Amino acid sequence: MGSKLMGWIDERFPATQLWNEHIAEYYAPKNFNFWYFFGSLSLFVLVNQLLTGIWLAMFFKPSAAEAFGSVEYIMRDVEWGWLIRYMHSTGASLFFVVVYLHMFRALLYGSYRQPRELLWIFGCLIYLVLMAEAFLGYVLPWGNMSYWGAQVIISLFGAIPGIGETLTTWIKGDFIIADATLNRFFALHVVALPFVLVGLVVAHIMALHHVGSNNPDGIEIKKVKGEDGIPKDGIPFHPYYTVKDIFGTAVFLILFAAIVFFAPTFGGYFLEAPNFTPASQIVTPEHIVPVWYFTPFYAMLRAVPDKLGGVVIMGSAVLILFVLPWLDRSAVKSVRYKGWIFKGALAIFAVSFVSLGYLGTQPPGEWRTIAARISTIAYFLFFLLMPLYSKLDKTKPVPERVTE
Amino acid sequence: MSEQGVDAGKRRFLTTATAVVGGVGAAFVAVPFIKSWQPSARAKASGAPVEINISEIAPGAKVTVLWRGKPVWVLRRTDELLATLDAVSGELLDPESEKPQQPEYCQNQARSIKPDVLVMVSICTHLGCVPTYEVEPSPQTMAYPGFFCPCHGSKYDIAGRVYKGVPAPLNMPVPPHHYVSDDVIQIGVDPKSGGKA
Repeated sequence: MGSKLMGWIDERFPATQLWNEHIAEYYAPKNFNFWYFFGSLSLFVLVNQLLTGIWLAMFFKPSAAEAFGSVEYIMRDVEWGWLIRYMHSTGASLFFVVVYLHMFRALLYGSYRQPRELLWIFGCLIYLVLMAEAFLGYVLPWGNMSYWGAQVIISLFGAIPGIGETLTTWIKGDFIIADATLNRFFALHVVALPFVLVGLVVAHIMALHHVGSNNPDGIEIKKVKGEDGIPKDGIPFHPYYTVKDIFGTAVFLILFAAIVFFAPTFGGYFLEAPNFTPASQIVTPEHIVPVWYFTPFYAMLRAVPDKLGGVVIMGSAVLILFVLPWLDRSAVKSVRYKGWIFKGALAIFAVSFVSLGYLGTQPPGEWRTIAARISTIAYFLFFLLMPLYSKLDKTKPVPERVTE
Repeated sequence: MSEQGVDAGKRRFLTTATAVVGGVGAAFVAVPFIKSWQPSARAKASGAPVEINISEIAPGAKVTVLWRGKPVWVLRRTDELLATLDAVSGELLDPESEKPQQPEYCQNQARSIKPDVLVMVSICTHLGCVPTYEVEPSPQTMAYPGFFCPCHGSKYDIAGRVYKGVPAPLNMPVPPHHYVSDDVIQIGVDPKSGGKA
């Protein structure tokens, strides 16, 4: 009966074919490690954001007069509203946690290298859209940090010579950040960008399943196939990696729940204190900082003593990721077989990115500006000098087959 | 099907022509969508001038009024405060107020019609925060009285002139304003004579 039904469906829709191509007969390298949890976790958090987001949209009022109140209404009066809201706000921060770890994995094992350039670029686009989505979402509660954060970010566009002023007015839909701004940000946050995001995720996964997954050794497992045409170092995604990912998701959920229930504001890092007061046009919060996942770029913006220069540096810091596949000239993909130069550069890069993240949360001043400048330079040199040092670097021979 | 086979050139021409016509149509349809993001008629209408009575402001104090949704400070400067204008001019980016950040009638050292009364849009020219008013200079922030932006550390003197070496590129803007009577200022409208108040 069951197989008859499947046959009936398969004649009309390629259900079994899709299942096999992407799950049951998708052969992934057998040597995945800890770093390979974060792709599936990103997908999991995306689903969390979509689900909780749809529910929040059922109670939220996207108008300057009502937005702040409606968020408090969700928190106090809607049954379980607080939980859904905290799942959404915590999910936003953890989305960036898993995405940053996922991106660092790619840096470690050279997952951006040929033939995975487009896979990497789709990933960069996802990151870009995710940042826009996070920013728009942060404005919606219409707290004072929402308001002034929006003020700062929209002003960045004002730095563009010639059209800057016109562009900022166009974005705001008023001469100040107002009801019109909030209303359109709501539309973009809940309709436009989620569509784009899901589309890009589909493209990302299609590209991945077309070229096949990289692995900690940076070896193409498709090069060594058995007589059955299956890579000798490959194992089917289901059940092997579905089970692994379910375990990872369970551990992740423990951390997620711990934050949602015990530290939803995470000491002001996930939800900032000034955002618990309504937006005010007259009073700027003492100390405007974006949420932690933007602080590395924010520190770069502040490090440059010139408005346009700061915006250019900040934008380039994100855009430079797109060309990474063509900057790395190393003979090997994985850090396991790279030499000390690349390892050192990667370590300096990681330290400078984390330092920038820290500096961006602190008020400006004295040594911090100098430290931010040094870290910004280190961040860019990692990319700009890569064609040179990745070539000079002494690599180790790569084995034929993946190691245990 | 005709007997002559496929005329590839004709087919390419038709494909291109269809794409071009479709593209032009799409571009025209895009206009209303893009234009709808401009400030609406209602937003434009809410820019009326506002009036403020300065006799109620104590020397050294400032009040904030909203004009076109922006905070505007009216600050009564004491002679001591005005005396610092000379002292800081060497550290400023645009001490002569040459950039068009004020109406012509305020292009003077005090950037005001009457030297003691400063009328200024209190929005940092870096990224739009509201600076704090620092009457008591402190070593962490600045050596003279002025305005300090807590967001990114931009500094302005007591006439809203920006210091060198800070992120903000311009002096803070002075809005058009004039004196309706000795004590009442109207913000948003230039003096009739264009120069004198």
